[in-house]
Amino acid sequence: MSLLSVRSLSVRFPVLRSWWRARALFVHAVDDVSFELAAGETVGLVGESGCGKTTLGRAVVRLIEPTAGAIEFGGIDLASLRPGQLRPVRRRLQMIFQDPYGSLNPCLTVEQIIGEALDIHGLARTREALRARVGFLLDHVGLAPADARRYPREFSGGQRQRIGIARALAAEPQLIVCDEPVSALDVSVQAQIVNLLHDLQREHGLAYLFIAHDLALIEHLSRRILVMYLGRVVEAGDTKMICRTPAHPYTQALISAVPRLDPVANRRRIVLTGEVPSPITPPSGCGFHPRCPIAEPRCGREVPALREIASGRWAACHLAWGGNRMATTGGVV
Amino acid sequence: MTRGCNAERPIQTDAPWPATGLAGGAPSTQRERENPRVLEIENLRIEFETGAQPVPVLDGVSLDIGSGETVCLVGESGSGKTVTALAIARLLPCPPARYAGGRILVNRRDALRMSARELRTIRGRVVSYVFQDPAVALNPVLRAGAQVLETLALHRPEAAHTDEVISLLRWVGIPAPELRIRDYPHQLSGGMQQRLMLAMALASHPRLLVADEPTTALDVTVQAQILELLRALRRQLNMSILLITHNLGLVGEIADRVVVLYAGQIIEEAPARELLSHPRHPYTRALMKSVPELGRDVPRLEAIPGSVPRLGDWPAGCRFHPRCPVARPGCSREAPALASVAPHQRVRCPFWDHAP
Ligand SMILES: Nc1ncnc2c1ncn2[C@@H]1O[C@H](COP(=O)(O)OP(=O)(O)OP(=O)(O)O)[C@@H](O)[C@H]1O
Ligand SMILES: Nc1ncnc2c1ncn2[C@@H]1O[C@H](COP(=O)(O)OP(=O)(O)OP(=O)(O)O)[C@@H](O)[C@H]1O
Ligand code: SF4
Ligand SMILES: [Mg+2]
Ligand SMILES: [Mg+2]
Repeated sequence: MSLLSVRSLSVRFPVLRSWWRARALFVHAVDDVSFELAAGETVGLVGESGCGKTTLGRAVVRLIEPTAGAIEFGGIDLASLRPGQLRPVRRRLQMIFQDPYGSLNPCLTVEQIIGEALDIHGLARTREALRARVGFLLDHVGLAPADARRYPREFSGGQRQRIGIARALAAEPQLIVCDEPVSALDVSVQAQIVNLLHDLQREHGLAYLFIAHDLALIEHLSRRILVMYLGRVVEAGDTKMICRTPAHPYTQALISAVPRLDPVANRRRIVLTGEVPSPITPPSGCGFHPRCPIAEPRCGREVPALREIASGRWAACHLAWGGNRMATTGGVV
Repeated sequence: MTRGCNAERPIQTDAPWPATGLAGGAPSTQRERENPRVLEIENLRIEFETGAQPVPVLDGVSLDIGSGETVCLVGESGSGKTVTALAIARLLPCPPARYAGGRILVNRRDALRMSARELRTIRGRVVSYVFQDPAVALNPVLRAGAQVLETLALHRPEAAHTDEVISLLRWVGIPAPELRIRDYPHQLSGGMQQRLMLAMALASHPRLLVADEPTTALDVTVQAQILELLRALRRQLNMSILLITHNLGLVGEIADRVVVLYAGQIIEEAPARELLSHPRHPYTRALMKSVPELGRDVPRLEAIPGSVPRLGDWPAGCRFHPRCPVARPGCSREAPALASVAPHQRVRCPFWDHAP
């Protein structure tokens, strides 16, 4: 049975544009997203900036209320719980934030930051127990227990991200939503944090929903991947297969745009043109059709469903099918 | 007018360009006449006076940028990239910062000797910035459109109207700009905030764009669009770019030359292709090995052990020696010099040709 099961999740934010506009407008940040995540698994989440990745992650850990849809965690429907019942479940769901600078309270010591997480969930009864636990957690993420008395500003970005990880681990979670945990860090430190997350997963059987822009990193970390575009999942399945033969035209453009270290690697790049659509006024039909190099008339009319195009592979495109026709002929400039 | 700029359309060049602030004597040499340097930093030393005694942050940094040239400044967090960038238009707060030596020639005029008035004229008009931290650069209580309009009013008053704001926002790829101009910064996603800053920086039509990590919060397709936009600006407006990044992938996409900074010093400088295909310094090599690459299966990333030395705590000898995989006993004693190893290529390691 899967640890997390998200069904038809939608999140909308109201936007007040002007007093004279009668109809309320909404940002459709997340639109009808469904996926499953097994215990101990990493699922990667990629997609264009503003496509709703953070919003989806925050909805999963209940930092924001979904507008519609269901989230089941460990077989329990989170929406059915009363606030008092939610707390022990939420403990198992933690989040690591993108910004290692803004996500730690600058007025608190590291011990207080991590201690807070322990306190909320009643995981350390005495001061000594708390101190010992904080020391253990810091050691676990590669910091010194003596760092407990220092303030966040005294640490480098990579070290701060380790503090954020220690805070998430304090609650003994089963699932951590990692929202671009390394994109603000140096490449050399990125590797240290990625290796740390890997080790922690093996040791504790943690599951990750790993949000990143960096496809190479996602490929390194996760066996399964979700590709989002404009609030919807447009492609899902095995990472290696998707990276090798993307089926959705957006994924094809995405993968072709990944900068490579090898400057002489000759490859065909698909540069998307046209305006990035707005989640306030999403296009009709397929959300990608205004920028899609192979769009057909019906793409502007009918919303493509996310369907299984081959075993273990899903794509939301009218023209995608199991063979690799599109990957080899379609839309390459 | 530069109205109706569109990412996919070529940029219209009938704008008044380059505007003003192009002071400076006649070009002296043939090379200079063909490619006048927009920026020449010579032996720059900067200190921070925070504790009892001043701590050096930049230790003899020299770098120049020709017009239309793109130089990437790479290096780990804390190596001094942002300090270098801010120094150009004298934007560092003094104190704690102190310019302890060297020259910064902007259009052949030394920024370190400019009056406050002269500095104001080069800021924005000649050198404009995309700052690393949107939260610092954007005014949280001002709507997106108003922020761009403010910049226009300051530097291109003739274009300070909503249409231009909208076309600038569309140009950097912000969807539905006519609606977004009414948003406050916190209502924009991280990537959109970055594009908003880019629009503000480009609004003044600068000669030199200093972009501090301008694409970190962007996904690769938008990043590719922004890079395309920067390439077009360089090609058609002959704009120079100093791009600060820790993403080595970007280097291959856009840079002509790369400068690698470590603990306040340049440790390697080379043409971009050369650096990516034959990195020389052990640090540059380690850096390239620590990033995952699409389609390359590695069980574990090769992290560089340890971290960047803290300010004021720079190791003696080669500053990289405690983390260096090929260090020798002498490395902890003798500080290597930045030596030419090929035309246009300098490396600060005597063992650059010893493979690790
Ligand atoms: N509190 C909010 N109020 C209104 N709109 C919001 C709010 N938070 C997010 N949005 C909008 O929801 C959409 C999705 O935002 P989100 O932060 O989830 O994107 P993202 O995929 O994480 O982007 P990025 O990669 O840039 O971080 C964006 O259009 C954003 O402007
Ligand atoms: N106002 C300041 N006062 C004291 N120290 C400072 C100040 N600004 C920067 N520093 C220090 O100067 C050093 C160089 O900082 P800089 O911001 O240039 O690094 P960077 O290379 O841009 O790093 P990053 O990749 O994290 O942005 C750092 O050790 C930093 O702590
Ligand atoms: S000088 Fe020595 S320590 Fe420094 S990079 Fe070269 S080999 Fe490594
Ligand atoms: Mg986000
Ligand atoms: Mg910086």
